[in-house]
Amino acid sequence: MNAHDLWILSPELSVAGLALVVIIADLILNDKKTPLIWLSVIGLSIPLGLTLILWFNTPDTQTGVFGTVTADRLALFFHFLLIGTTAAVIVAAATYSRKFVGFQGEFLALMLLSVSGMMLLVASQDVITAYIALELSALPAAALAAFLRTDRSLEAGLKFLLLSALSSAVLLYGLVYLYGATGTTDIAGILEGINNMDPDGDRAFGSSAIMLGTVMVVAGFGFKMAMAPFQMWVPDVYEGAPTPVVAFLSIASKSAAFAIVLRVLYTALGTDSLAADWSVLIAVLAVITMTAGNLLALSQQNIKRMLGYSTVAHAGYLLVGLAAVAGNSDSEGFIAGPQGVLFYLVAYAVTNLAVFFAIIAITNKTGNDMISGFAGMARRAPILSVLLALGLLSLLGIPPTAGFLGKVFVFSAAVDSNLAWLAIIGVINSVVSAFYYLRVIRTMFLDEPEDEERVTADIPVWAATLVASAALLVFGIAPSSLLEFARHAVTGVVT
Amino acid sequence: MFEGWLSIIVFLPAVAALVIALVLRNDQQIRWFAIGATVLNLVLIVITYLNFDRGAGGVQMVDRYQDWIPVDGLRAEYLLGIDGLSAPLVLLTGLLTAVAAFSSWRITLRVREYFIWLLVLETAVLGVFMALDFLLFFIFWEIELIPMFMLISIWGTGRNRYSAMKFVIFTLGGSAFMLIGILALFLSAGVDTFAMVSIPSEGIVGIPDKIIGVDLLIPAGVIWFFLFAAFAVKMPLWPFHSWLPDAHTDAPTAVSIMLAGVLLKMGGYGLIRVSVGMFQETKGFQVQDVAWLLATLAVISIIYGAVITLRQTDLKRLVAFSSVSHMGFVVLGVSAIVSVGGKVTDAGINGAALQMVTHGTITGLMFLTVGLVYDRAHTRYIPDLGGLALRWPLITISMVIAGLASLGLPGLSGFVAEITVFLGAYAVWPWLTAIGAFGVVLAASYVLWMMQRTFFGPRNERFQDIDDANFVDMIPVVALVISIVAIGVYPKIVTEVFKIGISELVRI
Repeated sequence: MNAHDLWILSPELSVAGLALVVIIADLILNDKKTPLIWLSVIGLSIPLGLTLILWFNTPDTQTGVFGTVTADRLALFFHFLLIGTTAAVIVAAATYSRKFVGFQGEFLALMLLSVSGMMLLVASQDVITAYIALELSALPAAALAAFLRTDRSLEAGLKFLLLSALSSAVLLYGLVYLYGATGTTDIAGILEGINNMDPDGDRAFGSSAIMLGTVMVVAGFGFKMAMAPFQMWVPDVYEGAPTPVVAFLSIASKSAAFAIVLRVLYTALGTDSLAADWSVLIAVLAVITMTAGNLLALSQQNIKRMLGYSTVAHAGYLLVGLAAVAGNSDSEGFIAGPQGVLFYLVAYAVTNLAVFFAIIAITNKTGNDMISGFAGMARRAPILSVLLALGLLSLLGIPPTAGFLGKVFVFSAAVDSNLAWLAIIGVINSVVSAFYYLRVIRTMFLDEPEDEERVTADIPVWAATLVASAALLVFGIAPSSLLEFARHAVTGVVT
Repeated sequence: MFEGWLSIIVFLPAVAALVIALVLRNDQQIRWFAIGATVLNLVLIVITYLNFDRGAGGVQMVDRYQDWIPVDGLRAEYLLGIDGLSAPLVLLTGLLTAVAAFSSWRITLRVREYFIWLLVLETAVLGVFMALDFLLFFIFWEIELIPMFMLISIWGTGRNRYSAMKFVIFTLGGSAFMLIGILALFLSAGVDTFAMVSIPSEGIVGIPDKIIGVDLLIPAGVIWFFLFAAFAVKMPLWPFHSWLPDAHTDAPTAVSIMLAGVLLKMGGYGLIRVSVGMFQETKGFQVQDVAWLLATLAVISIIYGAVITLRQTDLKRLVAFSSVSHMGFVVLGVSAIVSVGGKVTDAGINGAALQMVTHGTITGLMFLTVGLVYDRAHTRYIPDLGGLALRWPLITISMVIAGLASLGLPGLSGFVAEITVFLGAYAVWPWLTAIGAFGVVLAASYVLWMMQRTFFGPRNERFQDIDDANFVDMIPVVALVISIVAIGVYPKIVTEVFKIGISELVRI
């Protein structure tokens, strides 16, 4: 490991280092733990700054640590997203984390460790590194899910841990097949291996091994993406885990998984004939995922559980963009899908942050996660209700929100790739989702409140909600710079 | 007009809504402010309409920001403009929103939110009529849903929640298909913008040239049906109409006025500009091929709507179903886009466009009057009413004018529109038009029968102590009556402009 490797890895390392600093600071500080929150948030500006410098100073692809880690634009794009999300969640959890008496330091440190794993995951150029990074992100996340130490929270943590281990096994098995067929674990090398396959000799075994490997890799990462049929953990974890952790998992974990799947599919398995195969696989999974998510969300009474199924549905919409490989209109079309996915992920991140922060702010006071607990909230907390409604409309895909344009970009990529049928199923699913999103809005604005007492949020979470809502409007009205950013991020990866 | 003028008109109501949300505190202030904003916007719109250059034609007063979404293959612009087709509809929107704001004078429940939503609704509808980029059009089309959902579910009566949800789901279902249609149309090879008009370097005119005669991503016929579905739901055309009576019955008066007066016209406008305008020379499918379908659905709507109207006992539901019948005339006029003897007369479409405006004002007046009755009688059940004429002469007069206009009395606007539609459609579909003409007979029956049961007959002692409409109530009534008579006597003020726009859209 030399200076160059350190430089490539600096964002990940600085986040991990920050986690250690937080733990040590936790030992020094005796009872007032609030400084830890500000230490974490301000500390995150170091990896953010390093990412910025890397973005402006590196050529498109640059690898280090024996070619296993990269600091290309895709990785850096997700670094921004992950760091931003984590900082926002930590701010919003400032009040909530008082529930973890005596463990606020561990809470922050685990979250930072988990995000350093995710950052390493999106930067992996080698499937073994990706696997290790995935474990690094998952183990702290399981602990975080159990952090409330109530029955439901412990169940959430255990479920997450067990299913995560199972999915890792599937993933590893798939990676073994890819290695067996191509003789390398390097992502770019796998592509080379596939291209060099002897058409007469090992092709028969090689191509079926690659297909099997592809399916298992998608399944393994599908767990993190909350893709059906690997979504069983989602509702239980969402209901039981602390709300800030849910916000963190629903955005950071999902984004990182989509990033690595994008990289593996588009780089390692990006040959035309293979792409045609996995595109069908992803398209079918997209249909199952969005339909299952939306139908199951319809009857939920707990808002976190409902959002759990909603996150499954959104994984489905994202998969639509992932399936859109074969662009029609011109050579740019090949990018439309991944570019749409990246835009959608950011749109989804700001939207879900706004929604979860508003929920945190409200439930901090009411302590009621049920949808019925939001009755008449428009009178008790008018601004928060408007912001929550705005977030839900963005999830539903009503303009002028980021969620709407995200759907437009993803579905347009699908139509462009001769997957109009998939886009049609997608938009019909959107219509179905109107039932449950609008139900919450209706409850807040129409129903009689249980009591008239006003709900006043604490400043940090209130401000975080406001910022996330503003972002979802800005990206919904003026999307061009984010789109340009996303285009830069995918150009190097999509071959 | 300077650049940015149309943007000011579109967003003025939204800004007013923002002021109400953030600044104003007192309910009375809010009422005056909202009414003032809609009237001011109406004045701006009238100025715009008068400045529309009838000699030049084409798209005028263009507001354009090209780099809104500058992605290759998915280039969307912020493009506003008005042409002969949209200018009168913009005028109608301005007029009816002001009327709706006035008629909301008596709202006491959550006044602030009510006027916010009403103003946001105006912005959305104006945006639909002025947007000339299809993605922008779609955005305004969708934004309109949320104010309507809130307005019906909070200030409505009866099964208002059910009706509001039904309205949203029907419209979202239609627009879901529209989105796919739009994407398929504009992502096809060689089409590089979402503009609904063609943009030669010198000016912006007509219909998009680039989709003419090219291979589309999915067959043009399928795209047409996707887009048509959205417009048919909005119109609403049989068999997509079932949301309308529920939404109307349960909506507050002003919202019914907006819904019948302008929101249904979004469907008719889309039908003419998109379903007809863009699909005359597409490869493999032309709108002329399905004109028979349009004519058939139109006639079914006219007759079915009228027959159902006959047996309604709720005043509002009655007016709502009559809308299904009257919007059928719009589609019947549009269906006349088939050449007879080698040439197409655009009389049918001109009639259809005029019918949209006249139906907007007439039905607006009807709902307004029904609202005035309901405010006083607290019932809309026809058998409970009767003999209102002696007690409330002003309300009765306004209903008589609306009713006579609705059944097509010459001298009022309904007659001109319907006769033009029949003239255009008869040349192409003589039999269907003959059947459709029965709709007018049925209209006469349901309108006259309703008036007889509601307003005439022996004096009704029940409402003896309740006063007639007052001055404020009559302001919007008078505004609508003037427009109905003006168009009836001198239809050119609208038809001349429509003619310019339609001649640019109809090419065959």
